Amino acid sequence: MDKNKSMTSPLKSAKGLGSAKHGLSHWIAQRVTAIALVPLTIWFVSLIAFMKSSNYESAIETVSNPLNATLFLLLIIATFWHAQLGLQVVIEDYIANKMTRMTLIIITKFILAIIGVLSALSVLRIVL
Amino acid sequence: MSDSLKINNSGSKPRPLSPHLQVYKWQLTSLMSIGHRASGIALSLGTFLIVIWLVALAAGPELFSYVHQVISHWFGQFILLGFSVMLFYHLLNGIRHLSWDLGYGFDISTVYKTGYAVLVASLILTSITWLTVWFN
Repeated sequence: MDKNKSMTSPLKSAKGLGSAKHGLSHWIAQRVTAIALVPLTIWFVSLIAFMKSSNYESAIETVSNPLNATLFLLLIIATFWHAQLGLQVVIEDYIANKMTRMTLIIITKFILAIIGVLSALSVLRIVL
Repeated sequence: MSDSLKINNSGSKPRPLSPHLQVYKWQLTSLMSIGHRASGIALSLGTFLIVIWLVALAAGPELFSYVHQVISHWFGQFILLGFSVMLFYHLLNGIRHLSWDLGYGFDISTVYKTGYAVLVASLILTSITWLTVWFN
């Protein structure tokens, strides 16, 4: 065998491409969260549409239901994750300046993390 | 007047400038693609509504009734109507995108059929949702 030939396999040289080395996992995560959000969104809209939303006690009762609380937490995780991935792609496509682009991506990540944790905490406080 | 509008003075007809946005013929495909992004950005902003509602519910009856008053106002209802239209559009068009990811529905006639189906179905689902809210 040629001494100068690389020892790395073709798979190794194909993996880890892209500017952040995580292009494929970003793409897959966007699709997986999208698939999760299909049933979760249908559940959420029907829950809100059928709920007597004006009544505080019945709203508490609805969110306190263990099944609803579980689905709420899953909806929150999938929604904020999916929103972050989507906004990142939009920012990457339209903002040419690297510094502005990175700053905007980090800011959206922070904002979505804050309001995501805030909503999850609210659900937990209602349930517990 | 027409002489002053002439771009060249070689005697030939002025050549068209392209792409010219004032006479640009929009296509359903590109508009729906932009619409998917626009609705995604709008829905990201709309998540604040869900957070406000959940925080108010967790905080207690006083804040909850205040938030409910704001939502019940005609402008609050208008925002929620917009949110629901965007949500159904993004949901249905997202399913269209997922089918493309699997390799289905790429030929032009199917792309247009599913495109119109998404638009019509979004309006139908939005109407059903709001009829449910009002008559429930």
